[in-house]
Amino acid sequence: MRWISQTLAVLALNIRTIPARLSSSGVAIIGIAGVVVVFVSVLSIAAGFSAAMEGSGSPDRALVMRSGADSEMVSGLGGPEVEIIKQAPGIRRAGETPLVSAELLVVVDLPKQSSPDAPANVPVRGIEPTSIRVRDEFSLVEGRMFEFGTNEVVVGRGAHGQFVSMNVGDTIVSGQNRWPVVGVFAAGGGVAETEIWIDARTLQGAYRRGNSFQSVLARLDSPESYDAFRDWLTANPQVNLSIRRENEYYAMQSQALTRLIRTIGFAIAGLMGIGAVFGAILTMYTAVATRAREIATLRALGFNTGSVLVSILAESLVLGAIGGVIGGAAAYLAFNGYQTSTMNFQTFSQVAFAFRVTPGLLAMGLIYALTMGLIGGLFPAIRAARLPIPVALREL
Amino acid sequence: MKFLPLVWKNIWRKKFRTTFTLLSLFIAFLLFGILMTIRAAFSFGIDLAGLDRLVLIHKVSLIMPLPVSYQARIQQTPGVELASHQTWFGGVYQDPSNFFANIAVEPETFLKIYPEFKLPPEQIAAWQADRQGAIVGRDLATRFGWKTGDRVPLTATIWRAKQGDTWEFNIAGIYDGADGVDRTQFFFRYDYLDENRAGGQGQVGWYVVKIADPARSAELSRSFDDMFANSPAETKTTTEKGFVEGFAKQIGDIGAIMIAISSTVLFMFGLVAASTMAQSVRERTSELAVLKTLGFSGGAILTLVLAESLFIAFAGGVLGLGLAWLFVQTGDPTGGMLPIFLLPARDLVIGVALMALIGFLAGVVPAIAAMRLRITDALRRN
Repeated sequence: MRWISQTLAVLALNIRTIPARLSSSGVAIIGIAGVVVVFVSVLSIAAGFSAAMEGSGSPDRALVMRSGADSEMVSGLGGPEVEIIKQAPGIRRAGETPLVSAELLVVVDLPKQSSPDAPANVPVRGIEPTSIRVRDEFSLVEGRMFEFGTNEVVVGRGAHGQFVSMNVGDTIVSGQNRWPVVGVFAAGGGVAETEIWIDARTLQGAYRRGNSFQSVLARLDSPESYDAFRDWLTANPQVNLSIRRENEYYAMQSQALTRLIRTIGFAIAGLMGIGAVFGAILTMYTAVATRAREIATLRALGFNTGSVLVSILAESLVLGAIGGVIGGAAAYLAFNGYQTSTMNFQTFSQVAFAFRVTPGLLAMGLIYALTMGLIGGLFPAIRAARLPIPVALREL
Repeated sequence: MKFLPLVWKNIWRKKFRTTFTLLSLFIAFLLFGILMTIRAAFSFGIDLAGLDRLVLIHKVSLIMPLPVSYQARIQQTPGVELASHQTWFGGVYQDPSNFFANIAVEPETFLKIYPEFKLPPEQIAAWQADRQGAIVGRDLATRFGWKTGDRVPLTATIWRAKQGDTWEFNIAGIYDGADGVDRTQFFFRYDYLDENRAGGQGQVGWYVVKIADPARSAELSRSFDDMFANSPAETKTTTEKGFVEGFAKQIGDIGAIMIAISSTVLFMFGLVAASTMAQSVRERTSELAVLKTLGFSGGAILTLVLAESLFIAFAGGVLGLGLAWLFVQTGDPTGGMLPIFLLPARDLVIGVALMALIGFLAGVVPAIAAMRLRITDALRRN
């Protein structure tokens, strides 16, 4: 008990005197806060991107492509193949209609709002009327749905925010095609929100695709029906297909970029962390050096070495915590929800997403800050505890 | 010069502080080097893209094919030196995570248009003699341990072969190139692709056109696009540089944001180090006054102080930037995700300038204060 009360007494003394050493403590706090800003904000890019990709898929939907195709963009399915897929077991039905949508996915060059002179690959999806019932997260946020059989389009919320002429009433011009925009839709924050949707038949005509599609999206009775669905199609000798759960398909696509950003984030924040630890060590050494006499006096009065050591470590942890909180708050205010878009290399098309500073990232940032504080305080604390009392009393 | 020992003593009077200031600067410049490397990687070698090369793609999108018949018409246009076409193959080697660019080209025109890809003459001959031949970049060959003569299968994603999904290639040559040349690509022959694919005969991905006079690039671009206007495959022509720039912009601002945040924080680190160095000069004001009393001129004192702070800035900075440079020489650690992985010479120069700036900022304010000091005041202060 006495040990604890001693520690607390010294700690209170240390913390109350932090303002007196403001400039030196400030160095440590700024250093740690800076590292946390970098760490949290870079990882928030990865978190936002993977959330957009993973939010796109549902385990009770299956995506069917041609065998060997690793993305919808390079796949191709003929009309007869699509008819066979629609007969597979495990597909949910609304009355007599199987909830299956045969789709086309192409990219067109359209300007980004942020750089109107450089075109970006905007995905255009040709859908069938069942498509909206296959994707129950679809909802219109503005305007109306396009009429099948016309060249009208609806655009995703993300596309609306990132590319030029995506408002209701605008007309999208691509080559010799003119597509009037009649609505804006949301799709649960997923990749589809970066897409332009159009009648598959119109797109087949515009791109001279005949009666061919690229992928088939099927709504299953339940996630468990997937195996039966896949096995039936795999066993069918008339078709040669690659079948995946939709959520797994999108999760796989997000891997490469997410991993790249995380690697960069961890590497930069790791190195900066070393720099910040040096700063913290310097600060705490200065703190110990300027108070060598006080510390020695306390020890002469009978305060034990342990409480001196712990109290200095605790002071360093407090600096780390302040830095962590400031850094986390700064990253959150500056970047949470920041809208941007990037290229998904697997489909060669744009994905709009928002940076996400998640509670998990903030917690990781704080833990990192405390670790830096702890390491920074360790050596100075040991030094303070070890300094021979007579030498320290004579210092200055 | 004779005061160097004095500078040296001053630097190490507080060994602990100097050591950690040096270490902080070391880390800061190591990071600077790495950040600039990442920045260069995100720009896809834009500095090396040629202004005398035009890229002709389908107007709707790069993924739409163009007819091979355009080649003759482009070649006949006055001002054109050479026209060549390329087709994205998108094949997968063993596993989709082993990504690298594999492109079908015409060997002869391709090698003439891209003189930066260096290849021994006997390997060029081997490539021209073997329809299934392919040339690969040095870095790619190292990554998978390929040698000339190896047989490499790629699984088709876009172009199915008549006999199935697997295409077989023979490594005919391994190309090399100066720093900044993408040495992670795989080029094979278009005639093999066109003959052996199940569909899409006579289509190519895009054209690369070498022109005689870069000043005429805008004019020639327009004339190509007019030539193919109102055809089923309209085109859009840009300089190769513009094309690469556009591609880098597609990645968007995420690279730029990462670099910006990190650079800001790094700059802050530099300032913190500078302020620590400045503090150590301020603490010695009375000593500087003693030097003045001994007859040191104001200029001499300024030089002494600046020499000290510049030494610390350069010692930490050069070591850090040097280590970054060594690290970059070992190659891309992500295994092929960053085909351009180098520390541009321009950024090395900027780094050295930053060291000078930090050293100067740290030293100049206290040094001028010391220079203007009235000896009596300074001595009385203690």
